[in-house]
Amino acid sequence: MDHKLGEEVNSRFGKRIGEALADPQIRRNFRNALDGVMAKRAEQFPDPDELWQLRNLDKAIRANSLHKLPQLLEQLEQQLTDNGIQVHWAVDGEEANKIVSDILDGRGVKKIIKGKSMVTEETGLNHHLEQLGYEVIESDLGEYIIQLAEEPPSHIVAPAIHKSRLEIADLFAEKFPDIPYTDDVDEMTHSARLILRKEFASADAGISGVNFAVAETGTLCLVENEGNGRLSTTAPPIHIAVTGIEKVVEKLSDVPPLLSILTRSATGQPITTYFNMISSPRKEHELDGPEEVHLVLLDNGRSAIREDDELDATLRCIRCGACINHCPVYVRVGGHAYGTVYPGPIGSVLEPQRLGIHEAGKLATACSLCGRCGEVCPVKIPLPQLINRIRAESNEAASDSTVRGHNSLRNQKEVLTWKLWSALYCSPLLYGLFTRTATVLRVLAPSKLGAWTRYRKAPKPAARSLHAMAARKGVDHE
Amino acid sequence: MSESRNRILEALKAHSSEADLPSPPVYKPQLTWSKDEKLDCFQTMLESVHGEVHRIQEDQLGEKLAQLLKQKEVKRLLCSPKFPQAIYDGLNAIECLRYDRHISEWKEELFNSVDASITTTLCGVAQTGTLVLWPDREEPRLASLVPPIHIAVVEADTIVETFAEAISEGNWASQMPTNALLISGPSKTADIEQILAYGIHGPKQLIVLIVNNQE
Repeated sequence: MDHKLGEEVNSRFGKRIGEALADPQIRRNFRNALDGVMAKRAEQFPDPDELWQLRNLDKAIRANSLHKLPQLLEQLEQQLTDNGIQVHWAVDGEEANKIVSDILDGRGVKKIIKGKSMVTEETGLNHHLEQLGYEVIESDLGEYIIQLAEEPPSHIVAPAIHKSRLEIADLFAEKFPDIPYTDDVDEMTHSARLILRKEFASADAGISGVNFAVAETGTLCLVENEGNGRLSTTAPPIHIAVTGIEKVVEKLSDVPPLLSILTRSATGQPITTYFNMISSPRKEHELDGPEEVHLVLLDNGRSAIREDDELDATLRCIRCGACINHCPVYVRVGGHAYGTVYPGPIGSVLEPQRLGIHEAGKLATACSLCGRCGEVCPVKIPLPQLINRIRAESNEAASDSTVRGHNSLRNQKEVLTWKLWSALYCSPLLYGLFTRTATVLRVLAPSKLGAWTRYRKAPKPAARSLHAMAARKGVDHE
Repeated sequence: MSESRNRILEALKAHSSEADLPSPPVYKPQLTWSKDEKLDCFQTMLESVHGEVHRIQEDQLGEKLAQLLKQKEVKRLLCSPKFPQAIYDGLNAIECLRYDRHISEWKEELFNSVDASITTTLCGVAQTGTLVLWPDREEPRLASLVPPIHIAVVEADTIVETFAEAISEGNWASQMPTNALLISGPSKTADIEQILAYGIHGPKQLIVLIVNNQE
């Protein structure tokens, strides 16, 4: 599903942006939601020194995890296996999906309940399982809403952020004609509780993501507010967790500082309602919990990203969404305009690497380099610098570049223009000739320059060049 | 499958340097609060997320429980054998259930006809108003999750300043249970217009009884 979107990212990006900007409802929905989230985050960091220290620490923790990644993954696998959790490895999304369906195959599984997971959006797992005849139900309220609407998430933390309360009320009314219409948030929440409670009680398997995987103890950590993550990982007899290989951390003591900055950066909460740490399936004497727990470790381009000494910072990301919430482009165009699983600044860096520049490199052009994303990133990913790097990779790249599709957006007209410009500016003779011609023929300068002049005046050469004016004032050349 | 494992690990190892990065320092926020300050912060933080907090003496537990259950109109309570039987004796008309069978034998009943549960806690975390639970056979994982009201009893002495302290003082790294849980308030969501709504999937109400067992 996502792959189809991915292939059209570059070619349809401009069109999607145009459509989003022309939709005042979308713009209002994002503006309202994100203004609140930004204010709540700011309240959580009253002490800039504490924030500075915590960001440095969390950056160091994530950098350490990536530095020791192969060893930590082996340690994680060993610990999980010792604890009774089965570990699977997938090179790409297709393999991850197949691993999941192979686990479920022949087990009498019909209904699968899902906790929120961006990695399974990346692999298109729901689509894969539905094609095989499984009933897949998203249980995070936001994910449930967009599943009803048959839309992809527009934000990695708040997937239904693009919808207003009234739009959701209409959706519920259309999908559940037996429930009386309401646009009251508490009542809609209650309806969803009743509907999904039945599903939790009857689901045959649960699928979740992972926020941190602790190598030291073999522990899978899940961060959530609703309780759907706990239910999906506890009520059904089988639990399958899917995660990117970069989510591993070395020690259990790495978890508290990461958790603290994650929840405060993401939603402006000192902590989420639930922090769920799973280290084993149900032990023999225990009375509930899944009898089987599986972890699928997904690469899907991550090991390649790690090969670049600058772009490897992308993998420090803990998916808080703060860069997205603070992005002046994202707030105006929304998540769907990007056409990728991960939108906003982190998406503009991650997706061109994951899908290749030839497919998604243009995302990096939707940036004013204002720098807010880099300032709020809890693990100090230098996002503006990486966005610039992706732009450079799009047009020209070092010969040893490991970025997929590097150089593929090179525009010959642009290259020629810069060559000409450079030639003019390198030769005093040519430059003099050029400025004289330009000032003399200034009336012929075009007044329409495509999109540029839609909201601006076209630049016109001055009547006299700076050189000529300086000479008149008696300023000597050189 | 193991082929993919080797492919991934080999790719990662091919681009790993032998040199060690300096290990990140251990996170240890120094808060140096008095016992009362810890209790106050714990209560304030829990109340700020709609937790209902009561401070009681140890011998008041049965009485307080009876009063709360009556006020909340609880008919069926999921009990924990970790409390002395005496606290349940005064509950009269309220049916006391035991979680003493495998979940598959009574899942429907647990999901549909239990009004409240009571559990102990391993400790509390003052900084974030957090309850720490390590569910076990006597207090299984779903006991604190499925009933619409969760009553958690915290001994005042067990409240630490931070989550980091709970992990290091409790030596968690060497003895992680099947499931360790941090609970900070009743279940909530802000997925509709970022408007907070309580009681989406987990308990709608979280009642915390802080038991002072020193005086």
